[in-house]
Amino acid sequence: MTGSTFIFYMLAALTLVSGFLSVTSRQIFRAAIYLLFSLLGIAGLYFWMQYEFIAAVQIVVYVGGITVLIIFSIFLTQQAGELLAVQKAGRKLFAALASFCAFGITMLQVYQHSFINAADNNVMEASVTNIGTQMLSTTQGGYALPFELVSILLLAALIGCIVIAMRLKPVNQ
Amino acid sequence: MMEPGLYHILFISAGLFFIGVYGFLTRRNLITMLMSIELILNSVNLNFIAFNKYLWPGKLDGLFFTIFIIAIAAAEAAVAIAIIINLYRTHRSIDVEDAEQLKY
Repeated sequence: MTGSTFIFYMLAALTLVSGFLSVTSRQIFRAAIYLLFSLLGIAGLYFWMQYEFIAAVQIVVYVGGITVLIIFSIFLTQQAGELLAVQKAGRKLFAALASFCAFGITMLQVYQHSFINAADNNVMEASVTNIGTQMLSTTQGGYALPFELVSILLLAALIGCIVIAMRLKPVNQ
Repeated sequence: MMEPGLYHILFISAGLFFIGVYGFLTRRNLITMLMSIELILNSVNLNFIAFNKYLWPGKLDGLFFTIFIIAIAAAEAAVAIAIIINLYRTHRSIDVEDAEQLKY
């Protein structure tokens, strides 16, 4: 077993185990920390596949942004030391059965399917230069229009968050 | 232990997806449900990157889909947390069982 294979299995175990712990832990803060490790494991898998840019984006946006946002909202909404309520055993059993069966069916389909490689053999390196050139290109295969749409979406989300979270003053004094 | 390939990554991503589905079905706290959604979105990203690397290495399309999914997920998480905090302000609870005014 080479070092690369070993690293892959370690990252896979980290991702899956901490993902599972994050949906089963009864302490919500610990669940958020397990989620952080799961996202870090996914970033490691991107590094392992040599997509360094997307791994860096994953760390910056998810680990540095979304997890911190979730932890902040936990601090704002939860009482200290309060455990999450235990769910009914029937609901847990049904959910576990449904997701496990769906997982089995999906993996059965995936293993029976033989994926076909694309015909061309040239490898485009996922370097920042290539990504940036294609992202802002307006020719065929360029992503300039979705890029602009996402910028409008982010602006709308920004304004929407402020409007939703704003406390309105009462009208009658 | 085989050499890892496309099927291994698809296994991880399917596993993560259904862990997220399990969490979404069992949790009743809005923040933990949001965490489950993040897991689901991440499994989809992993799938896109794996297909791009192993089946279509001459193009970067899967990578662009991943970038846009990350951007949209960030916007979604921000709006969701704004809604959750507003709900906590009015209901003093972020349990989905307590937010049932639209039902009746």
